[in-house]
Amino acid sequence: MTRKSRRLWLVGACALGLGSATTLALAAFRQDIVFFMAPSQLLAAEPAAGRTIRLGGMVVAGSLHEEHAPDGTPIARFAVTDGQKAITVRYAGILPDLFREGQSVVALGSLAADRSFRASEVLAKHDETYMPKDVADALRRSGKWDPRFGPPPSAASWNNMTAAARPATDRPVAADAPGAPAGRS
Amino acid sequence: MLSAILSPELGRFALALSCCLASMQFALPLLGAARRRPGLMRSASGFAAAQLLALVVAFACLVVAAATDDFSVANVAENSAVLKPMLYKITGVWGNHEGSTLLWCLILAACGGAVAAFGRGLPDALRARVIAVLGGTAAGFELFCLFTSDPFDRAWPAPPDGQGMNPLLQDPGLAFHPPILYAGYVGFAVPFAFAVAALLEGRVDAAWGRWVRPWTVAAWSFLSAGIALGSWWSYYVLGWGGYWFWDPVENASLLPWLCGTALLHSAIVVEKREALKIWTVLLAIATFSLSLSGTFLVRSGILNSVHSFANDPARGVFILMLLALVIGGSLALFAWRAPVLAAGGLFAPFSREGSLVLNNVLLCSVAAVVLTGTMYPPFMSLLRGQAISVGAPFFNETAVPLAVPLLAAMAAGPLLPWKRARMRPLLRRLRVPGALAAAVLALGAWGLQGVMPVLAAALGVWVICGAVADIAGRVGWRRDPRTLPRRLRLLPRAALGAALAHAGAGVSVLGLAGMSQASHRIVEARPGDSITVGGDRWVLRGVADVAGPNYDARVATLDVYRGHRLVAVLHPSRRHFPAQDQTTGEVAIHTNLISDLYAVLGDEHPERGTVVLRLHRNPLAPWIWLGALLMALGGALSLSDRRIRVGAPTPARSRSRELRTPALEAAAAE
Repeated sequence: MTRKSRRLWLVGACALGLGSATTLALAAFRQDIVFFMAPSQLLAAEPAAGRTIRLGGMVVAGSLHEEHAPDGTPIARFAVTDGQKAITVRYAGILPDLFREGQSVVALGSLAADRSFRASEVLAKHDETYMPKDVADALRRSGKWDPRFGPPPSAASWNNMTAAARPATDRPVAADAPGAPAGRS
Repeated sequence: MLSAILSPELGRFALALSCCLASMQFALPLLGAARRRPGLMRSASGFAAAQLLALVVAFACLVVAAATDDFSVANVAENSAVLKPMLYKITGVWGNHEGSTLLWCLILAACGGAVAAFGRGLPDALRARVIAVLGGTAAGFELFCLFTSDPFDRAWPAPPDGQGMNPLLQDPGLAFHPPILYAGYVGFAVPFAFAVAALLEGRVDAAWGRWVRPWTVAAWSFLSAGIALGSWWSYYVLGWGGYWFWDPVENASLLPWLCGTALLHSAIVVEKREALKIWTVLLAIATFSLSLSGTFLVRSGILNSVHSFANDPARGVFILMLLALVIGGSLALFAWRAPVLAAGGLFAPFSREGSLVLNNVLLCSVAAVVLTGTMYPPFMSLLRGQAISVGAPFFNETAVPLAVPLLAAMAAGPLLPWKRARMRPLLRRLRVPGALAAAVLALGAWGLQGVMPVLAAALGVWVICGAVADIAGRVGWRRDPRTLPRRLRLLPRAALGAALAHAGAGVSVLGLAGMSQASHRIVEARPGDSITVGGDRWVLRGVADVAGPNYDARVATLDVYRGHRLVAVLHPSRRHFPAQDQTTGEVAIHTNLISDLYAVLGDEHPERGTVVLRLHRNPLAPWIWLGALLMALGGALSLSDRRIRVGAPTPARSRSRELRTPALEAAAAE
């Protein structure tokens, strides 16, 4: 084993390792990149069914409906808006503790055939004052909020900012009593 | 009384003083080493000790302020409250950006102090340079602490009560997670300093490798324990039933771990064979660079993460400049000086060295894909304004295929002799592990779902048996069984530690395989309802109110039956913290080490008289963290090796003893 052949062999091993890493990464990038979209973008783009999307926006106050499937699995339906379009999100599972109507939310899932959003994961891991960066950017782009002019518009006004009809609700809305956990009336 | 002496002002003064001392610690010993002035070189230890002392005082001041509820300190007012339990008042000091930066600096100073204390056997110039590099790094981060995140800032007017900390952080696991994790992150500063010192000196030899390895092992053990603790915390606190989410912050801790694991192994080659020197120096620089980026990129706001502390643009710019200086500077030095380092010993591809090279290539490839997946979204949003994210599927599809050959080679590597190995003796010694792994493969194909879990189960068994075969071969298990315990004691602890760490990795992999078979159900249930999950019958007995120190809780009582036998009674709860107006879920877990019963209480619907429950059965879940604990223990065991404890660099003798182990004798006799 000479110095030269050892070097050749080492370079070969590194090339093989990094080459396979690159190949794997490129192949995975093709299908596993998750785009962040606001409701209006999502409805305009209509990505293929099954393509995973991160949907972000504000939960329309009073839009939360909870029911459960025959086997007892709870199903939450709520509308998410960016102030231009609203989309219904269907989520089977427990909503996070910080989920509030009238506040920002990020849902991971895909667009179903009926143009509603099937979420596999709902994230609302932030406090009342904090808004996920992606959601804030989307709101800014849609012209509904400019952070230079103060905090985001109050939760109640989100109802009027969207064209979607507000579903009737028989429960007090969490946004009216800020901080009350959603779903506990 | 104590608070009158250890006031926040003293704390800020001590922090500023430590920064001055660190600058001196950087400049004078370097000058001394360049001019060959023994006095200046020896001043390094004194500065390191003084800097450590100053930072201990600063940190004590912050702890005292937090413990005595001094809400005139902005940091305490924002993160503490009168009603918070004392333990969390103290541990809450590092639960926020400012305090954790101070802790970071303190641990870095402690590393400098440790090199000064334990490094008496080092050549004067090398020790001076190592301590100087540590001092320079510390000075930068102390400046960052002073200018952009001063933990001693006063709030005016002082509020009567603090805002309290995030209730999610009020947990014993998380209380001790940051110090351990930081000890790991910061510990890699020592190999980094050794690497930079070696570049300045233009010399890397076996003695250098012998010094670098224990420091790497120590940092690596802490980092392994820290990552495991963090993962365990997310398992039992966040209540999602998962253990790893490929979140940027998690990746940021995984990257230095992967690189550090590679460094750990390549340092062995430097120590024993004086080969791979340039590569090891580069790895040491890369590992610490990833540690730095890991802790601070998250805080600069570049990585968008759920874990990140509140961001501030001034901080981000400062941090980026500091990172550019430390990482860019060391890499530039590397580019300039690396060609000076002479290439080392020769070896055949199929040898211990060869297997360690394979380990390095694969670990670095895994690190490369994880880095790509973590950094791609911020780059895309920067370059093209696209908001994208890369989730778990990406990492599962890229990192896992690379981990398979890594694990497959892991059992064989330690059994190979240095320089040149032969296939026959290796195959003979791997007969038993191979047969057991094949049996698990067959059993798994029948009993487990999915291809990867079956493969993972077989690989886990393969790695554990490989570690056992390694020790059995070294100890000569065929010989007189009466002297076996004595022979086992006489084995080098480094070898035992390595085998233990390898076995730990196997245990973790088995845990991952088990967790892939987890089952869960989300149900809305009334008291008295029974629910079946994974063969167990869960009965909801009721939900009651319980008051805590600074929260009110709703606690559910669940009985779990297997057949007709009551296995466990679980009490998942939801806590409402009025101070922050936050609700957190408290997961209830019952474990018998084979599987976890895991229950989460969701929303209540009083109008229907129901509660939402999420019930999991997680097979082998504790093994994931148990394996990591074994890895950290393996590192600790290896650190107690005689060669390291005695610490005197005696290359020729220790190497010849190493070569005369029974395993190699047996291999030589073939």
